[in-house]
Amino acid sequence: MSEAQAQMSEDDADLAAAAGGASIRTAVVTTGGDYSSPYPDQVLENVLENVLIFLTSRRDRNAVSLVCKSWYRAEALTRSEIYIGNCYSVSPRRAAERFRRVRSVVLKGKPRFADFSLMPPDWGAHFAPWVIEMAEAYRGLEKLYLKRMNVTDDDLAVMARSFGNFRELVLVCCEGFGTAGLAVVASKCRQLRVFDLIEAEVSDDDEVDWLSCFPESGTCLESLIFDCVEFPINFDALENLVARSRSLKKLRVNRFVNLEQLHRLMILAPQLTDLGTGSFSPQDHPIDQEPDLVSAFTACRSLVSLSGFRETVPDYLPAVYPVCANITSLNFSYANITADELKPVIRNCHKLQIFWVLDSVRDEGLQAVAATCKDLRELRVFPIDATEDNVGPVSDVGLQAISEGCKKLESILYFCQQMTNAAVISMSNNCPDLVVFRLCIIGRYRPDHSTGEPMDEGFGAIVKNCKKLTRLAVSGLLTDKAFSYIGQYGKLVRTLSFAFAGDSDLGLKYVLEGCSKLEKLEIRDCPFGDSALRSGLHHYHNMRFLWMSTCRVTRQGCREIAQQIPRVIVEVFRWNQILEEGEKSDLVDTLYLYRSLEGPRADAPKFVNIL
Amino acid sequence: MESVITHEEGLNLKETELRLGLPGSDESSEKESISISSSRNKRAVPDSVEDRESVSDTKHATAPPAKAQVVGWPPIRSYRKNCFQPKKVETETGSYVKVSMDGAPYLRKVDLKVYKCYPELLEALENMFKLTIGEYSEREGYKGSEYAPTYEDKDGDWMLVGDVPWEMFMSTCKRLRIMKGSEARGLGHGA
Repeated sequence: MSEAQAQMSEDDADLAAAAGGASIRTAVVTTGGDYSSPYPDQVLENVLENVLIFLTSRRDRNAVSLVCKSWYRAEALTRSEIYIGNCYSVSPRRAAERFRRVRSVVLKGKPRFADFSLMPPDWGAHFAPWVIEMAEAYRGLEKLYLKRMNVTDDDLAVMARSFGNFRELVLVCCEGFGTAGLAVVASKCRQLRVFDLIEAEVSDDDEVDWLSCFPESGTCLESLIFDCVEFPINFDALENLVARSRSLKKLRVNRFVNLEQLHRLMILAPQLTDLGTGSFSPQDHPIDQEPDLVSAFTACRSLVSLSGFRETVPDYLPAVYPVCANITSLNFSYANITADELKPVIRNCHKLQIFWVLDSVRDEGLQAVAATCKDLRELRVFPIDATEDNVGPVSDVGLQAISEGCKKLESILYFCQQMTNAAVISMSNNCPDLVVFRLCIIGRYRPDHSTGEPMDEGFGAIVKNCKKLTRLAVSGLLTDKAFSYIGQYGKLVRTLSFAFAGDSDLGLKYVLEGCSKLEKLEIRDCPFGDSALRSGLHHYHNMRFLWMSTCRVTRQGCREIAQQIPRVIVEVFRWNQILEEGEKSDLVDTLYLYRSLEGPRADAPKFVNIL
Repeated sequence: MESVITHEEGLNLKETELRLGLPGSDESSEKESISISSSRNKRAVPDSVEDRESVSDTKHATAPPAKAQVVGWPPIRSYRKNCFQPKKVETETGSYVKVSMDGAPYLRKVDLKVYKCYPELLEALENMFKLTIGEYSEREGYKGSEYAPTYEDKDGDWMLVGDVPWEMFMSTCKRLRIMKGSEARGLGHGA
């Protein structure tokens, strides 16, 4: 195997193995052609297949498939879950031809920056060609996980009628479908155990009462998540559904379910392990006595995950006290509560590992978290007010407290208005297990607020001291120095996000030359140009994608890249850059580059140029 | 159904409506009322006067420098951003909807949130307008009763009250109109 293939990223199953497999095949033909009897080979393959069934990690499987031709075949026949990190990296036909006995598919489409309105609508990532291919090739399909894909009601209908044993549907950040599609899935997929809509955009144009469409006699549902649905649902239908779904363990309702209704649901399902409350407030004119929420929560002895809390009326928070001691995951990120309202809840949450919260709790609230949640692994602090400002409710003080109290922290996402290098350095020293560090200082180009220095040293310390770091997002005032640290120390980093940072091409060069494991790089509004782009030529085929928007990259520069690397698609779009009169600009608005076994995609809209 | 609506537009009933509210207290004519400044100010509700004055003040006073609107920054999904913006339209104005009745001199308003189901709402309407509406049936609407309650949904269509689940009705109903039973027959039959 060549060097390049050995270093190849293991994320895209088909790609790594397909490219590697192709050249291995030729090698085997020249050296291994002497075996005359097919019988021993067959036995070996059968044994191998029986062993490989137990191998589940896709990275291990990719390695296995590179050993030799017969191992490649055996692996392809025994892989039951395929993971396609970029739906355009391989065609549905190619995937189906190689992996024939697949029961579970993970398919991801648009890059993450599409979530922040940086991608024009109708860009692509259509599920349709995939479902059509799978309807024929994978009749036994049981699980589907789609992220950032465009899924239509028709696609859902094809899916519902093609897979008789279909069990799990998870749609994350998807759009293009509505209640009609949900209704078809509910009514036709009789074996459905998981029906999860997570941060998806569901349209209500058809106004179909989808909750009423589940099988009348009873369901196998174990998980039903629809907290992202932004229109009312038929509560009676929901109540009836919960009553006849005896296996239900996870239920997350949307904000059109109030506390009284929640109470009724909880009485029906005390076996829940994961509960997403709807609107944590009572109906406007309560006629009956207030529901006994404390008893309802006490009855849920298995509850380990709690979320929801839309429109929280803090007076009702004490209802959750009975479950605090057991919960490992708490999502308060929609609850506009103060530190004083948080404290009585959090001081009982000794087992908490995952905590999402709004910055309304202030540094003081975070200090309370640090004091109790010694087992915390993941923290996310979201801003209530996303406008740039000088002072905010959380700052370096909160970060410092967390770093001192939660030494086992592995993942953090922290939005704030001001930060210091000292606090970030402190975290790098106190939390050696950090795998994900994402700090977003909302004010662009903001320096360390106590020293006035750039934030270079803070982020430098993170990449240097956190030896397990694989994902990093930076912000604040950053010079090329920060990038040189990242390139120098970020040897395991796979995902990087840069915005409004850096001085010159050097910054990007340091990163592209230094971070050998880099797979996903998303950049916006940084002064990186063609020269920097060129410095990554050796590495782009190892990456899932590179995104650069509003940088200094020119059309010509992109064209050069496209010409020099085969199997990498270079998409360029220009859609909202306003030129001054008479100005002629060769700058591209957005560059999106990704490796692919296929040629340029046929479904690209007009504003996309594939070079 | 169609002929009923065009007939109504031709008559322009709204213009000739006799109403007991203060001039300009109708939402839809607020825009006109703002231009008729002096006479309005004297009779308008104090709150709204203050609001208007304070708005003009900030324009002259030193307002904080406008922050540049940067697309997609900070990187928070719009879904989350919108949660804490003041909600527009329906929920902001509460759930009060206007109720008109054919032949009545003025309109009323009801708060839909007060009611948990259709029977409660219908009973309230019956009390308010001193009439009987009768029983709803899916097949025949309110056949046999003197009056039929209808509503305008967010698409602008006139629908018979009772067809959709209560929650859905609450979120889509923009105004109510109690039609004479004879006129409503078109709505009730498989519309």
